[in-house]
Amino acid sequence: MREQSKINIKNLNFYYGEKQVIKDLSLEIPKNEIFAILGPANSGITTLLRTLNRLCHLTPEARQEGEVFLDGKNIFDSDVSVTELRRRVGMVFDVPTTLPMSIFDNVALGPSLRGIKSKKILEEEVEKALRMSALWDDVKDRLHTPAARLSGGQQQRLCIARVLALEPEVILLDRPCSALDPISTAKIEESLMQLKEELTIIIAPHSIQQAGRIADRVAFMLMGDLIEEGPTQDVFSVPKDQRTNDYLTGRYG
Amino acid sequence: MKNFKENLSERIFFLLALSALSVLALITVFIFIKGVPIISKVGLKNFVFGMKWAPSQGAYGIFPMIVGSISVTLGAAIIGVPIAICCSIFLAEFAPETLRNIFRPAIQLLAGIPSVVYGFWGVLFIVPLIRNYLGGPGLSILAGSIILAIMILPTIISITEVSILALPRHYKDGALALGLTHWQTIWFLLLPAAKSGIVAAIILGLGRAIGETMAVIMVVGNAVALPESILDPVRTLTTNIGIEMGYASGEHQQALFATGIVLFIIIMIMNATAQYITRKK
Repeated sequence: MREQSKINIKNLNFYYGEKQVIKDLSLEIPKNEIFAILGPANSGITTLLRTLNRLCHLTPEARQEGEVFLDGKNIFDSDVSVTELRRRVGMVFDVPTTLPMSIFDNVALGPSLRGIKSKKILEEEVEKALRMSALWDDVKDRLHTPAARLSGGQQQRLCIARVLALEPEVILLDRPCSALDPISTAKIEESLMQLKEELTIIIAPHSIQQAGRIADRVAFMLMGDLIEEGPTQDVFSVPKDQRTNDYLTGRYG
Repeated sequence: MKNFKENLSERIFFLLALSALSVLALITVFIFIKGVPIISKVGLKNFVFGMKWAPSQGAYGIFPMIVGSISVTLGAAIIGVPIAICCSIFLAEFAPETLRNIFRPAIQLLAGIPSVVYGFWGVLFIVPLIRNYLGGPGLSILAGSIILAIMILPTIISITEVSILALPRHYKDGALALGLTHWQTIWFLLLPAAKSGIVAAIILGLGRAIGETMAVIMVVGNAVALPESILDPVRTLTTNIGIEMGYASGEHQQALFATGIVLFIIIMIMNATAQYITRKK
């Protein structure tokens, strides 16, 4: 195990009933980097991300084999608290999952559940999280309006802020920009670049170009198999596997 | 030839659909024609707020019955709504498949029991229970409320459950991904998000409660007087019609139709509110 790896996946197999969606996958994800997982639809990327905070297990027929270590601790161990894990490993989905309440309450929900009662501290936390996700200037005058009134891009940044307010160590982003315009996308990418100073980011980018812009390392998955993995530069310029090359040059995907 | 068939069948369907609508129109017109003259004779205010109902003396005040209807319905809401909502949360969120498959048909069956059977059970079981343990005649607001609470359960449970299950899946994922527990997710997210559906379910259930006649006749005592406690007997708008229609004639009969108008308007308002709330989203 490399010294700085935050997450270490060992021989992970994942099944929905009879169908195997992740096949014997081993991967190390280093700390304080943006790690992008590329691949066409149905490659098991969403499942992989959802495994890392055990959201996957909400599906009744799901089961996994193998181990996932977070800071050296297997997240499948029976003494791991799932809610605690999910606070440490936050997740942003492909559609904004704003909750039906005000902008402020959306962000404050995490900290207040963590036990912060003081209104002043909550306000500070909310502002900090909204600044980090580059949303503060858009919403500072209307924090108490319903979150549903924000545009799609703003809602997605609100979801990022909400996750950040939990002060996670890792955030998982599953095609976070797939429904967004280029300007919102650029803003989110910019905040991610800053955020990696403090945490580890794992993203399923919505395009190869996005991976190229922001990722330090990329992995390429196809039909549940990890094909290859390495620093973005290396994988993009000299892919080791023909299938990676075909994907990157647009033969399929 | 084919075109002709298509056209013909389309017309037939339209006519049949129209017949449902026209029955509604006919009934509405009928009760208004029958009921309005007595209201204009007695005066709307005297009719709705009058305290004395004595058809033989020409006194037609239905205020005690309006109070009766509202108190029985409100009582049904207080008893039935919490049970129904907890039950639907359980079914939508906690119940394993096997249990759900037992509960759902059982609740549907509850809706299929004839109301006279509810009334019968109320007279033989609920009424003596109240009389022996709480005092009073037993035939009371409380008895009516309990029976109605049971009768509105299926409506509220099924609509609430559907509106919880209809929420986008990603809502729940989003909340769970924030490290909320299952219970917090239900409380902070699912219930607020399903609020409009739940409110509509409650109003529809109460609409059914306020319109119920047979079961209520049998357990509320039917005395025309303002109740002082929930153990007092009352008469509701529906039971007033149900009891007296058999022998009423002339003005008396008109007054019963007028009672129907008031009931009709109350239920219309409730249904319209339910529709408005569900549509607003």
